[in-house]
Amino acid sequence: MTTMLGIRGLAKSFNGHVVLDHIDLDVAAGSTTAVVGSSGCGKTTLLRLVAGFETPDAGTVFISERQVASAERSVAPHRRSVGYVAQDGALFPHLTVGQNIAYGLSGGARSREVRNRVAELLETVALEASFASRRPHQLSGGQQQRVALARALAREPVLMLLDEPFSALDTGLRASTRKAVAQLLTDAGVTTLLVTHDQEEALSIADQIAVMRDGRFTQVGAPQDVYRRPNDRFTAEFLGDCISLPCTVTAGVAECALGRIPVQTSTGDGPAVLALRPEQLVATVISDSESPDGIGTVIGTEFLGHDVLLTIDPANDIAPIIVRQHSLDPPSIDAKVRIKVIGNGVALR
Amino acid sequence: MIAPAPPVSLPAASVSRSESAARPGPLVSATVAILVAATAIPLGYVVWGAVSVGWNRAFELVVRPRVGELLVNTVALVVVTVPLCVIIGVAVAWLVERTDLPGRAVWRPLFVAPLAIPAFVNSYAWVGVIPSLHGLWAGVLITTLSYFPFMYLPVAATLRRLDPAVEESARALGSDSAGVFFRVVLPQLRLAILGGGLLIGVHLLAEYGAFAMVRFDTFTVAIFQQFQVTFDGAAGSMLAGVLVLLCLVLLLAEAGARGKARYARIGAGAPRTAVPVHLRRNVIPATTALTLLALLAIAVPVWTIMRWLWIGGTSVWHFGEIANALGQTIALAALAAALTTVLAFPVAWVAVRSNGVLARAVEGANYVTSSLPGIVTALALVTVAIHFVRPLYQSGPLIVFAYVLLFMPRALVNVRAGLAQVPVGLEEASRSLGSSPSATFLRVTLRLTAPAAAAAASLVFVAVATELTATLLLAPTGTRTLSMLFWSFSSELDYASAAPYALTLVVLAIPVTLILFRQSTKVAAL
Repeated sequence: MTTMLGIRGLAKSFNGHVVLDHIDLDVAAGSTTAVVGSSGCGKTTLLRLVAGFETPDAGTVFISERQVASAERSVAPHRRSVGYVAQDGALFPHLTVGQNIAYGLSGGARSREVRNRVAELLETVALEASFASRRPHQLSGGQQQRVALARALAREPVLMLLDEPFSALDTGLRASTRKAVAQLLTDAGVTTLLVTHDQEEALSIADQIAVMRDGRFTQVGAPQDVYRRPNDRFTAEFLGDCISLPCTVTAGVAECALGRIPVQTSTGDGPAVLALRPEQLVATVISDSESPDGIGTVIGTEFLGHDVLLTIDPANDIAPIIVRQHSLDPPSIDAKVRIKVIGNGVALR
Repeated sequence: MIAPAPPVSLPAASVSRSESAARPGPLVSATVAILVAATAIPLGYVVWGAVSVGWNRAFELVVRPRVGELLVNTVALVVVTVPLCVIIGVAVAWLVERTDLPGRAVWRPLFVAPLAIPAFVNSYAWVGVIPSLHGLWAGVLITTLSYFPFMYLPVAATLRRLDPAVEESARALGSDSAGVFFRVVLPQLRLAILGGGLLIGVHLLAEYGAFAMVRFDTFTVAIFQQFQVTFDGAAGSMLAGVLVLLCLVLLLAEAGARGKARYARIGAGAPRTAVPVHLRRNVIPATTALTLLALLAIAVPVWTIMRWLWIGGTSVWHFGEIANALGQTIALAALAAALTTVLAFPVAWVAVRSNGVLARAVEGANYVTSSLPGIVTALALVTVAIHFVRPLYQSGPLIVFAYVLLFMPRALVNVRAGLAQVPVGLEEASRSLGSSPSATFLRVTLRLTAPAAAAAASLVFVAVATELTATLLLAPTGTRTLSMLFWSFSSELDYASAAPYALTLVVLAIPVTLILFRQSTKVAAL
């Protein structure tokens, strides 16, 4: 697998404030990488450095093995053959949809070749050919975003950069647009770098995710790996709800309030924090006589439709545990429950 | 006498500033640096004048009864006229925008219309009605009627933009109508009132023709007379120095009163329109007052011009001469408007898109020059031309250059606002689609700022067409613009012969007044 985008030791500060702190990242050709982090963590700056809108203070950026940016030399954005889709689409308000898409194409917008290409691109993003004559303000948010994508695809970029492309859309539209765009980019075989603050979006769309905090990556890897085997508590908590329990690790097994749980760990034996996902826990109601491991009392339930969140007090001086399970016939308040753990946990320092 | 709508602060502009994308190229930097340096000429002239005559002589020239008299006149004029304009402008704006007064669609443009009548034409009209009119009160009457729209426009625009929910909250907290107005509405109008007040003050300090016509001596009038007598005299440049100081006092007063205030509507979404206040039995007095104001501000000048035309009959219509003057005026104004607008682009770009010394220099220079009276700029250019570039004195290029210096701030207000509204994201999108920076400017930025540039050009066009002071000082021999001919006829008390020129000037200014009116309604929609 060849590397389409290579980033080495990339650093950038604004007014003495470090925004990117020597970042490394590789994106394989044809794959999608999502950089995820809370707002202000530096992910948009990373994207803008790759696009060429900013120049780095240190480090280099390679696109298809050509160095496009370093502190000394920077290739102008229009010579990088990258596609860029901004948060709000940034459609040119003075041009029609067709003219927008044709903007980066050579040849007049009225030439047959260009018109055919525009129609083809509109079809690619699942819009009717009649949209070509509309103005951007006549489109919905999702349609604007798809036109922006078509416009960026028109020049057949080797690398597509998406800056929170779905965040301006409402919830229902976001999921469907996301799915459609992911499919489309995969089909087109375009290497994609996406930044988002939405961990669900990152996990669902990407082949590789990079979790960013304060200008550094805390972890880079396949979504399942990073979700199931986070390196640290920040990564674990950023990617989803997380239950942390104090434990003692001995030979790959963590001893904690919920019993003995197999863990993957790099920390070695000794005291640690056991991280579990709520969906790994199942609470079942037991009779009063049973005892003693992994038993707690339900102190709160929150009905969320198909799921229910149970707050369970494990009764041995540790903080209440949140369990998420399907909402059919949930335990009631004050019920005694046994908490079963499915799969492995992760032991973190 | 069209002036810019007071600058609308655009906080979005500063947000879009990004550090590294904003390094102006050498050509842009050089152009802007030269323009900023050129704006320093008037101030440099004043300082140089003071230094070259020596401290004692300067003191002698400044501390004398004549200067005291001028100071009293000028200060009294500002102190009386500005508050009058505030009261009239705010009251009219509130009646038109916030009450159920009938005929809003008529009143709205009607109170912008006085801007189409240059103050010196208005003065001529009033002298025609009351020939004995002279002195301070004549000056106050005429300039109040000419300049109150500078207050009315921004206040009305702000009133339309205010979120009624804030007023409703005040109501719910126990304030009555008057309480809401004074405690909630008026404070939110503060920036508009201060901006309008500054604009009126600056115009009062700079006006020559209107006051000369009613024999009211302000600094500008005295400087002009001094220039006619002694040409390049120390006395004139000392008076100019005092005038510049007055302008700076005005700027500082406005800046001090404004502080760091920013009134932004908090929360997103379009505000609802306010429920109009019911005037009930006050409808008749309110309508009467507005009608009276409209009669004084518009009907009097229009009626006088028509009366003189009637009296003059066909003999005052020297079509050849009028056409010639119109042609010269249009040529000068169009050239100056085009040049000023083109030059405003690099300046605006630096101000909006970059950070750093040059950007701050641009802001500062623009702020000060926008308040400098035309007479100071004109005198400075005359002096510089005589001492350093003799062939330029009384030449076409020099007067066009003077217009560029004088009216650059007006063009800048528009071009800047237009540029600030082009999201940087669009330029970046264009760059990522393979367009070079210059192609991006032509295909995206210029295209989107075209309406703002057109508005800027038309504002400058009319400002030049109705300019009198600097034109009289700098025009090449043989130049006959509309305002020059109007002035020479009315100075000879040949009011009938002046009337066709007055009419032509007003007609020229009407389309641009409409643009101003439309702009102010658009600002409200932002």
